[in-house]
Amino acid sequence: MSAISETFARCRAEGRAAFVPFIVAGDPDLATTEELLIALAEAGADLIEIGVPFSDPIADGPVIQAAGQRALAAGATLERILASIARVRGRLGVPLVLFSYANPILVHGAARFAEKAAASGVDGVLIVDLPPEEAAAEVSPALAAHGLDRILLLAPTSGPERIDLVARAGSGFVYYVSRTGVTGEREALAAELPRQLRAVRRRLRLPVVVGFGISTPAQVAAVAPLADGVVVGSALVRLLHDCRDEPERLALVAARARQLAAAVRPAAAEAGGSRRRMRRRGGPF
Amino acid sequence: MGRWKSGPDARGRFGPYGGRYAPETLMAPLVELAAAYDRARRDRRFGARLDELLATWAGRPTPLTHAARLSAELGGAQIYLKREDLLHTGAHKLNNALGQALLAAEMGKRRLIAETGAGQHGVATAAAAARLGLDCVIYMGEEDMRRQSLNVDRMRLFGAEVAPVGAGSRTLKDAINEAMRDWVTNVRTTHYVLGSVLGPDPFPRMVRDFQRVIGDEARRQLKRATGDELPDLVVACVGGGSNALGIFTAFLGDPEVRLVGVEAGGRGEAPGDHAARFGFGRLGVLHGTHTLLLQDDAGQVLPTHSVSAGLDYPAVGPEHVELARLGRAEYTRASDAEAVAALRLLCRTEGILPALETAHALAEVVKRAPRLGRRRRILVNLSGRGDKDLDSVGAFLDEEAATAARGGES
Repeated sequence: MSAISETFARCRAEGRAAFVPFIVAGDPDLATTEELLIALAEAGADLIEIGVPFSDPIADGPVIQAAGQRALAAGATLERILASIARVRGRLGVPLVLFSYANPILVHGAARFAEKAAASGVDGVLIVDLPPEEAAAEVSPALAAHGLDRILLLAPTSGPERIDLVARAGSGFVYYVSRTGVTGEREALAAELPRQLRAVRRRLRLPVVVGFGISTPAQVAAVAPLADGVVVGSALVRLLHDCRDEPERLALVAARARQLAAAVRPAAAEAGGSRRRMRRRGGPF
Repeated sequence: MGRWKSGPDARGRFGPYGGRYAPETLMAPLVELAAAYDRARRDRRFGARLDELLATWAGRPTPLTHAARLSAELGGAQIYLKREDLLHTGAHKLNNALGQALLAAEMGKRRLIAETGAGQHGVATAAAAARLGLDCVIYMGEEDMRRQSLNVDRMRLFGAEVAPVGAGSRTLKDAINEAMRDWVTNVRTTHYVLGSVLGPDPFPRMVRDFQRVIGDEARRQLKRATGDELPDLVVACVGGGSNALGIFTAFLGDPEVRLVGVEAGGRGEAPGDHAARFGFGRLGVLHGTHTLLLQDDAGQVLPTHSVSAGLDYPAVGPEHVELARLGRAEYTRASDAEAVAALRLLCRTEGILPALETAHALAEVVKRAPRLGRRRRILVNLSGRGDKDLDSVGAFLDEEAATAARGGES
């Protein structure tokens, strides 16, 4: 069983969803990223997604686009990111997933990349513009050969055939895109999300992690009972940038992460009376 | 050379290139689009409707002009111009924009989005949307809006919203990024009218098919004009490469016809000074397709430069890469200065103002025609007209003069 599968099994045994923060590696620099990974793991992250910056991030909204530009300007490359991960890996007791576009990975060659990623302590790889059809020949076998989980995405437009394809080709977990669109904070969650998640989970044994547009503890608490994990990305990336001049900025991000981590815990779910009240008022769905 | 098989395969691959590298949200819609397109291709009613609009609204067929004075001036081959500059809205782009707009309407999508570099694809899409009564948003880099302000005004008159893109280099690449973000968000109601033979399958083959009317007409017209002769050389500029495939496709099965694509050599060979993918690109994935790409060692896409906004793009259509691999077409480049000189030459000899993009193809003709005998024939795709470029040409000439003056002082 992979470290990722073990994490979801443990969370399931605890009767809760996993909290999965996403950060952009190298924003504002890799030294900060290393400290941030440690801080997030200590703050209660169950798994961390590490975004690899790309010059043309077509699936990302403005917050993560800007973070990627800052990281690239500061000299972040996939190679340096893996070196940073290797440096702090021993201090992180949680699985790590690289979240990348295809080109920075393909330029290394799939086999060489997989070997380096595994050696650096990466547990899984998600490539946002590499659907299973295009990964089958080279990338998926290379990841499998090095014991890396191949995280695939599903979206509201994915019908039964694609769900079955992802069930066959993916491992670790499935990343469910909560709405058609790009990454970024939203005021409300998509109304059809609960129904869609039920449909996906009927056809799929892999854990389902939901991301895109989830930013507040209330939203996390609303999605957690429907899923095996909840991703918060843009909200943390924005917070880190907004308090860039604060000496305690890592502590501020960690404090926010603790609130989000608390929102996936059953105690928070029991306080769900407030959630039901919110639903009557029209939010968060 | 064996008989040409027109690609791609079932996976959208032209040899090893192409494919469908799209975010999951777009995968099912791309399959749906491919199916709708395949249905439309077989549907005689769709074909008849498109042909009728092309004939009665867009102005097809466009003429073939024997450029007698240009040929005499260059002192070699006879040069024939396929006059896509005379197509409605001023460039070949309308062939594709109209075809896709009609397909979108068939699919029940009432909103069109498109990217545009030089503005010609944006204008064509806006015009097609107006004609078919569809909503339209055009994404355009701020740098390109400045270079092509005339086209911005035309799009707005046609009722389109022009959305400025301030990210990255603020040119064509960034406009495509933004259009893809819109599409991924609104895919249920919206069709993305991609303007070149780029992107995930089915776009490269669909755009090529809508453009191949250029070569099919030109082949007939040249044969009629010359007593059943084929051209020795077919020349076209290559940004993404839709006008080039539009004219090449009709000649792929004629191995004696040499096909030449001309990309933007810009102002030099340093990264960021050109858009010469065949000169300096490496294989990679951008905007949904596996192709030649200007990128650094870490796989980040490099900035590009060209005096012409329409060629200012870091990747090239995957079918072109396959044609090069097979040796069926060759690719070369023309500099900013060569393109501007060729533009002025055509103005002076033929009374035709070509687009700066097109002028890159003419620059190659200037180099090759004198080396060919007077009975040889060169067919050039005159892909667009240059009214939009007057400011850019003027600015380029001013700068050139200033540089020459500074050189004289030192």
